[in-house]
Amino acid sequence: MERSVHDRGGWPDDTPIDRSEHQLADWELLTDALVGALGGRGLMNVDEMRRGIESMPPGQYERASYYERWLFSMETNLTEKGVLAPGELDTRVSG
Amino acid sequence: MTYHAGQRVRVAARSHPGHHRTPGYVKGKTGTVERAYAAFTNPETRAYGMDGLPEQPLYLVGFAQRDVWPDYPGHSRDRIYLDLFEHWLEDGE
Amino acid sequence: MSEHDHPHEPITNGDEPPAAARARALEQLLIEKGAISREDVRERIDWLVSRSPADGARLVARAWVDPEFKQRLLADARAAALELGLDPGPSPVVVAVENSDDVHHMVVCTLCSCYPRALLGPPPAWYKSLPYRSRAASDPRGVLDEFGLELRDDVELRVLDSTADIRYLVMPRRPADTEGLGEDELAALITRDSMIGVAQPSAPAAIG
Repeated sequence: MERSVHDRGGWPDDTPIDRSEHQLADWELLTDALVGALGGRGLMNVDEMRRGIESMPPGQYERASYYERWLFSMETNLTEKGVLAPGELDTRVSG
Repeated sequence: MTYHAGQRVRVAARSHPGHHRTPGYVKGKTGTVERAYAAFTNPETRAYGMDGLPEQPLYLVGFAQRDVWPDYPGHSRDRIYLDLFEHWLEDGE
Repeated sequence: MSEHDHPHEPITNGDEPPAAARARALEQLLIEKGAISREDVRERIDWLVSRSPADGARLVARAWVDPEFKQRLLADARAAALELGLDPGPSPVVVAVENSDDVHHMVVCTLCSCYPRALLGPPPAWYKSLPYRSRAASDPRGVLDEFGLELRDDVELRVLDSTADIRYLVMPRRPADTEGLGEDELAALITRDSMIGVAQPSAPAAIG
């Protein structure tokens, strides 16, 4: 049975587990808080959030850092819901 | 709640193209209900802007690891437990 | 400060990935649109940084010294947390599972990164990593080897894969030679990793 890229239980993976500790960067705390804030405002629930992450192209999913996936999901969901116009975030980032 | 603790259940061997919370490694496998939780909103519909109703019963289901992985390298008594929704379960052996 | 070849490239702190500027831009847009408020964000950040394993450790330490509390913790960890004035988090159900001489528990979220953050703080990066999510399910004893935890042959290893909104917390076994310790001293031995199940609690410091 085909497995989605996020469905990792038993996925062949010999990579040693990197056990180093990482303090969350400010932008990561912010990203986490944005997801929570959107949830609190009823704009994106946790199931939509997970579904958004799972919709990432597989290669991108595997290369992305944890909070990059959260950002992708927020942008995907918010664009679908019309809160963001397509490309609006790109424009703001580069502006 | 259809199932009770101690009951054998089989996980549907279903591919589900959209969001769902039944990992592939347990699909088609048979385990034992450890615990029946309350019913919760269905993530499969809630993930697409619907309200997730009606709520679906959720169970903690335990599996012998050797039943899940063909070459499980651990010990024969090791187990793995997952929270699974009723609509993914059927009567086991 | 990095050089910019193109005038429209964003100015970022050289240490930050592009995602950092993206997150800040998203915050700006959402606040401008009135979708969220700055206060929403501040409150969430304040909550996140307030979280640590200390609350989980308090729950376990109390269970170690008070058998009746332990039963309440095992019956309903969410209610037990509230009883101690702790925030159990948004999950509707929190379950504490008890390690014993014969059974050792380990928690993973193979599908994403579900974790009892309110009681343990943010999950470590390794918990969210692809290899942990993979091998905690299919080769948990190998993972424990990587973490330096050896289980006796006759110990049953139980992995819990958090696939729904239930959050799991491991109650590790109380170490030997801790009879004289008070609750706070016991709590200091109960590490985050022991409440995930990849480590045992710390041994008490040698006396004298």
